Amino acid sequence: MSLAKAQSIAEIKARNKELIQEVLKVYPEKTAKRRAKHLNVHEAGKSDCGVKSNIKSIPGVMTIRGCAYAGSKGVVWGPIKDMIHISHGPVGCGQYSWGSRRNYYTGVTGIDSFVTFQFTSDFQEKDIVFGGDKKLVKLIDEVQELFPLNNGITIQSECPIGLIGDDIEAVSRAKSKEYGGKTIVPVRCEGFRGVSQSLGHHIANDAVRDWIFDRLTPENKPRFEPTPYDVAIIGDYNIGGDAWSSRILLEEMGLRVIAQWSGDGSLAELEATPKAKLNVLHCYRSMNYISRHMEEKFGIPWCEYNFFGPSKIVESLRKIAGYFDDKIKEGAERVIAKYQPLVDSVIAKYRPRLEGKSVMLYVGGLRPRHVIGAYEDLGMEVVGTGYEFAHNDDYQRTAQHYVKDGTLIYDDVTGYEFEHFVEKIRPDLVGSGIKEKYVFQKMGVPFRQMHSWDYSGPYHGYDGFAIFARDMDMAINSPIWKKTKAPWKDVAKPRLLAAE
Amino acid sequence: MAQNAERVLDHFELFRGPEYQQMLENKKKMFENPRDPAEVERIREWTKTREYRDKNFAREALTINPAKACQPLGAVFASVGFEGTLPFVHGSQGCVAYYRSHLSRHFKEPTSCVSSSMTEDAAVFGGLNNMIDGLANSYNMYKPKMIAVSTTCMAEVIGDDLNAFIKTSKEKGSVPADLDVPFAHTPAFVGSHVTGYDNAIKGILEHFWDGKAGTAPKLERKPNDKVNFIGGFDGYAVGNLREIKRIFEVMGIQYTVLADNADVFDTPTDGEFRMYDGGTSLEDAANAIHAKATISMQQWCTEKTLPFIAEHGQEVVSFNYPLGVSATDEFLMALSRITGKEIPDELARERGRLVDAIADSNAHIHGKKFAIYGDPDVCHGLAAFLLELGAEPTHVLSTNGNKAWQEKMEALFASSPFGQNCHAYPGRDLWHLRSLLFTEPVDFLIGNTYGKYLERDTGTPLIRIGFPVFDRHHHHRSPVWGYQGGLNVLIKILDKIFDEFDKNANIPGKTDYSFDIIR
Repeated sequence: MSLAKAQSIAEIKARNKELIQEVLKVYPEKTAKRRAKHLNVHEAGKSDCGVKSNIKSIPGVMTIRGCAYAGSKGVVWGPIKDMIHISHGPVGCGQYSWGSRRNYYTGVTGIDSFVTFQFTSDFQEKDIVFGGDKKLVKLIDEVQELFPLNNGITIQSECPIGLIGDDIEAVSRAKSKEYGGKTIVPVRCEGFRGVSQSLGHHIANDAVRDWIFDRLTPENKPRFEPTPYDVAIIGDYNIGGDAWSSRILLEEMGLRVIAQWSGDGSLAELEATPKAKLNVLHCYRSMNYISRHMEEKFGIPWCEYNFFGPSKIVESLRKIAGYFDDKIKEGAERVIAKYQPLVDSVIAKYRPRLEGKSVMLYVGGLRPRHVIGAYEDLGMEVVGTGYEFAHNDDYQRTAQHYVKDGTLIYDDVTGYEFEHFVEKIRPDLVGSGIKEKYVFQKMGVPFRQMHSWDYSGPYHGYDGFAIFARDMDMAINSPIWKKTKAPWKDVAKPRLLAAE
Repeated sequence: MAQNAERVLDHFELFRGPEYQQMLENKKKMFENPRDPAEVERIREWTKTREYRDKNFAREALTINPAKACQPLGAVFASVGFEGTLPFVHGSQGCVAYYRSHLSRHFKEPTSCVSSSMTEDAAVFGGLNNMIDGLANSYNMYKPKMIAVSTTCMAEVIGDDLNAFIKTSKEKGSVPADLDVPFAHTPAFVGSHVTGYDNAIKGILEHFWDGKAGTAPKLERKPNDKVNFIGGFDGYAVGNLREIKRIFEVMGIQYTVLADNADVFDTPTDGEFRMYDGGTSLEDAANAIHAKATISMQQWCTEKTLPFIAEHGQEVVSFNYPLGVSATDEFLMALSRITGKEIPDELARERGRLVDAIADSNAHIHGKKFAIYGDPDVCHGLAAFLLELGAEPTHVLSTNGNKAWQEKMEALFASSPFGQNCHAYPGRDLWHLRSLLFTEPVDFLIGNTYGKYLERDTGTPLIRIGFPVFDRHHHHRSPVWGYQGGLNVLIKILDKIFDEFDKNANIPGKTDYSFDIIR
């Protein structure tokens, strides 16, 4: 059902403000005061979304957030395919994050590639009591013996490591020396650090800096001759092949992609990145740190881009080309022209089915803003959005480039708030994660997982946009949503209207 | 450009196109510093050898692809099986995001659970304030009838005392003094998810039976004729618990299913999200003390709970995930013995139908070799059923199985001529199993979704039975217990066998002489 255009922005804003007041009523006073700072109705022209962010989640509220380990092992390091990532500590963390993020890669799994593996030190009580360093030493030997073609090892700390005082740095140094300078990276991403996944991204970025970049020797020199058109893709995790459907566009415009961070990435690519002429950054949140570092240390400029939906793709291709000569600028125009017929046919097919549909989002990283353009290309409108683990610079970008006046903004939303907002606004689609999916489907609201692409994808690039459009159509226009009410019970529900 | 709007290509096909293949090949050659393909092939072959297996089995520190999860997952699974109960896990918040995701990926259902969101300051000062605030918030927001507390390893390492913390929280008015807040310490570095299930159930019964942490008189047992039933950690809880209830009703037995999460993991899509649904009522959980006996379907999920119940004067009986004819016979006869109720003809006819089905089809299963992995009881149940079918459960591996489990498995093998060449592997993981499958091949593999990696590497066809099953839908809705459940398992195994027959006999003019239409 489409939005009622008749409702004025002022009415929508008033209604959204009322919704915020409604959800705050459920909390004890102290909690209500804290949560109030994370909820807002966007005012056009403001430089940010007017919410506090990157603050500790409140105990007991059912936050959707994860932890630093999830940010490091699950997001940044896990996709590096030729290294072995040890989930160091008890068995669970590695088990729950095993293969669930769909970081596609090529390689012979178990022989020269290890992404869909769960390597763990499986801590037992004695390891907690006596420390796990000796176990880690032995574990690295076993990795070397059984997986001789691995190109490096990372040690992803789970909560106990930092609490029991293990010295994983000393173990890493010693073992690296023993194995002829092998790359062994200790990562202090214990789950209790920071307030969300976000600190884990930062810690993982810093670990690349300290344990890879700072240890580069002449032998690590890239095997290829540099060209003026060398770029690195930073912050694309190749979920469902996203980085591939992005890379192809950059290459078609005449650039050479020398590294992918970190989807389908390899140690050699990480090591070669300081030779790039430009770092192109998709997920700003998780990899701005290393981009800034490379800018300061190696003088490599970086540029944010957005490959969701044709409008943003066109804008981004031109923006990236702006860093290069006419050859690349012409290449960008050639790529845009090449894919225009595909864009036209996708929009011709799907826009009529999706025009005017409303969407509420709640995701992590870049998606709460980055996908808005793709929805708008299909004639849809995002009426509410929020981030699991954004910082204020994310909300600035969101306010300045993406959301419309009156959009409901919710930072680190609680289960209760999200359910209440969706129930009252009744959007045509909710885009969020696996924990939210079934809640909203039960309510009869179409849903797409926007972390894993609901096991579809890629969604990046022109090829991905066709899949995105098809998926949104199949979610919203599935005949099943007309049947959630038994016909003998069907009563019209009052419907609250949302911002456009 | 292959993509088009009329027939949208998914990742499956899209990346197989020549443009992408060329791109990926260049990426590898130019930038990945790849290994020599001959070397990759040599190592790949080497990992299939006996030599590699010996090195693999000599591992002491490294665990690779284990078939187990950690304690709090089991505690959450058990807790949601009580009426209006919100699981509350004290410790780091990321863990709770993981349990919720993991359970939801299997059941395709919401999983409601909260965390006390402990961070660095709590690591230093303890998590008392997180508990105080967390309980207050949860209670106000989600109006639970009970909050079942368990712990992540963070809280366990720093030694937070749940009993004292909950008491203090109540004193500070976080939740009403009479709200039921049972607890269980569930350290992830001890046991596995089945241990967490056990601890959570014990914690809840202890709470109701033994005086609610010193705030109420202990219950006095007044024996009645009811039977308590505990299913254990079970990926098939939805189908199984409903089947068990049907059996109890057919037999006319009064029963209490403890941790009855069949409904909460199977709510309807009708416009309403039910955060809580069904479950064992708190009254029934308390009154379970009066029952005549408690039956556990999984010995290793109730290692502490059953002795606790026995101490309160009940008979306790445990099974090892009974599957198939004889195991179900034993289960029903135990029920009959305990309750004095006869096994009705209805169930005898169901039994006859399962025997009939096995007689019809067993020629296709007889003598086939299987590898099985999973939780200790599930492995035992599956192995026993296979022996009954005349198949050989050649390798049975349980990462969370122990020495006692191994002995029980060996006794099972010894009981059947089909078990003579079968072995049990406690504490081993799926990388060990890979070596076993290469060095001592079998015809079929039974396990959870992760087994698909073994199917890919070794070519052993996977029959998905276990937890988690992420990549096939809705099987958890059908029972595997009872004679009806046995039939479901039989059909699942047969379907795979017949599919393999056809797959291996479908090359026109070469192998398709065996492409039979009647089997």
